[in-house]
Amino acid sequence: MQDLLISTLIQGLIYALISFGVYITYSILDFPDLGVDGTFPLGAAITAVLLTRGVNAWLTLPTAILVGTLAGLFTGLIHVRLKIRNLLAGIITMTALFSVNLQIAGSNLAVDRDTDTIFTSPAVMALFGDMTLMGRKLVISLLLVAAVKVLLDLYFKTKSGLLLRAVGDNAGLVTALAKDRGSVKILGLAISNALVALAGCIVCHDLRSYSATMGTGQLVYGLAAVIIGISTFRFYEGSPLARMFRSRKALRWLGAPAGTTAVIVGSVLYKLCIQIALSMGLPANMMKLITAMLFLLVLVLSGRKGEEIIHA
Amino acid sequence: MLEIQNITKVYNPGTITEHCLFDRFSLTVEEGQFVAIVGSNGSGKTSLLNIICGSIPIEGGDVLVDGQSIARMKDYQRYAAMGRVYQNPAAGTCPNLTMLENLSLADNKGKTFGLSRAVNKKRVDFYREQLQSLGLGLEDKLDVKMGALSGGQRQAVSLLMATMTPLRFLILDEHTAALDPKTAEIIMELTDKVVREKHLTAMMVTHNLRYAVEYGDRVLMMDRGHVVLDRAGEEKKNTSIDDILEMFNQISIVCGN
Repeated sequence: MQDLLISTLIQGLIYALISFGVYITYSILDFPDLGVDGTFPLGAAITAVLLTRGVNAWLTLPTAILVGTLAGLFTGLIHVRLKIRNLLAGIITMTALFSVNLQIAGSNLAVDRDTDTIFTSPAVMALFGDMTLMGRKLVISLLLVAAVKVLLDLYFKTKSGLLLRAVGDNAGLVTALAKDRGSVKILGLAISNALVALAGCIVCHDLRSYSATMGTGQLVYGLAAVIIGISTFRFYEGSPLARMFRSRKALRWLGAPAGTTAVIVGSVLYKLCIQIALSMGLPANMMKLITAMLFLLVLVLSGRKGEEIIHA
Repeated sequence: MLEIQNITKVYNPGTITEHCLFDRFSLTVEEGQFVAIVGSNGSGKTSLLNIICGSIPIEGGDVLVDGQSIARMKDYQRYAAMGRVYQNPAAGTCPNLTMLENLSLADNKGKTFGLSRAVNKKRVDFYREQLQSLGLGLEDKLDVKMGALSGGQRQAVSLLMATMTPLRFLILDEHTAALDPKTAEIIMELTDKVVREKHLTAMMVTHNLRYAVEYGDRVLMMDRGHVVLDRAGEEKKNTSIDDILEMFNQISIVCGN
């Protein structure tokens, strides 16, 4: 039972990386990027190939980030420069990437037990060698997600980050600031897809395998996690507890948590819901059906966007 | 100097609803002039502003600044020297960002949006000062999200943001139309102040004939893509609201209203 909870937590943390990506495109840019379903296995494919060729496990991370960036640039460029609608631009990238992924790593690729992953690499073993594999997975995924969260929070406070937030909020203002809104969107898509490919990379390290179909439903997963997280936090922000925190200067941050924190919580909660459904005897083949149904439920309960319900 | 030369603008070309708004329309605006444009709906006032800003394409003609064509420049490139305030108070600011973040964005116009901190703490006093000069009590609301402010407050901040960095042209698109009379008056006075202080060339579309006569150095009346009245200098000084109203009625009668 405890193991199951920890492994669900690990899953929730790793998949939070997808949710970060979706948070940028969907929540900040208002761009539902279906390319995620192709970028996620792309990150895993490149990782599986590099690992089986004996490349250092840690090098797969920047490589995945790089290929993810390229995929995001592609979606962004066809949307902005060729004026393809956002949903269609994502679908084109997703479809194209399916073949690209098959070319890179075939339909399935397993990483054998002797190959070091980031969870068994010498540096990690030196630091956390006395832990179980699951313990190490928890620590590393926690550190990774925390690092990405902090970096994103810092980025959103930079000029570039603020412009990114502005383009989703009021694109006309970005034009009035004499900046090309298209370039800002492309930048956002690149960052988002970099994170999604990184998620694919870590999942590949976790599972020691890649499959061409592992991307199906990942956008839905990310969306659900983002909407659950943000709705939960909106609810929390309206509570007396959060108001009490906000009224004290030193505790203010507790009363108004960052969107990225909400996303992590949403991801863990969503994985937990799926895990509960599976523990109740649902066959694993039904997982995507459950994912979709849960997402539908989340959409209905949260009032579609997860934001309006609080204001209404 | 801003010149509009022989522009042609056709809406829905090649369709049954094809409508030629401008057929070789020309207009010259002198440096530092405050031009007020009045006219009925569909007369081409807003289209003219959109053409100057590059928001809509034109089928022919040219737009020149100091004799240099800007017709091929993208809208965002033109905004380097322009500021614009819209009718909708929500159009000029980001509702989900705080006022401080909004002002910081505007303050950085013309510079690089890189990885340095977006909000410069050293500028906060300057923002406060600027907000104080609006006289709307906004100086204590820097950390409030823009969307929580009233239409008039947002419009005042929009005006402040549009004119914060050095600029030459101020485009005002019925910017007082959505406000209550008292707030509209405040915004209009602020507009006049900033235009005079910064020596801006301003083009203001308005339905308020009094504002047009009172604040404009030059009053234009447009009707179906033509200028039907153009008064500047001494001539404008001798023009009363009644004169303009009479002209307005004549147009409306011709239109069958």
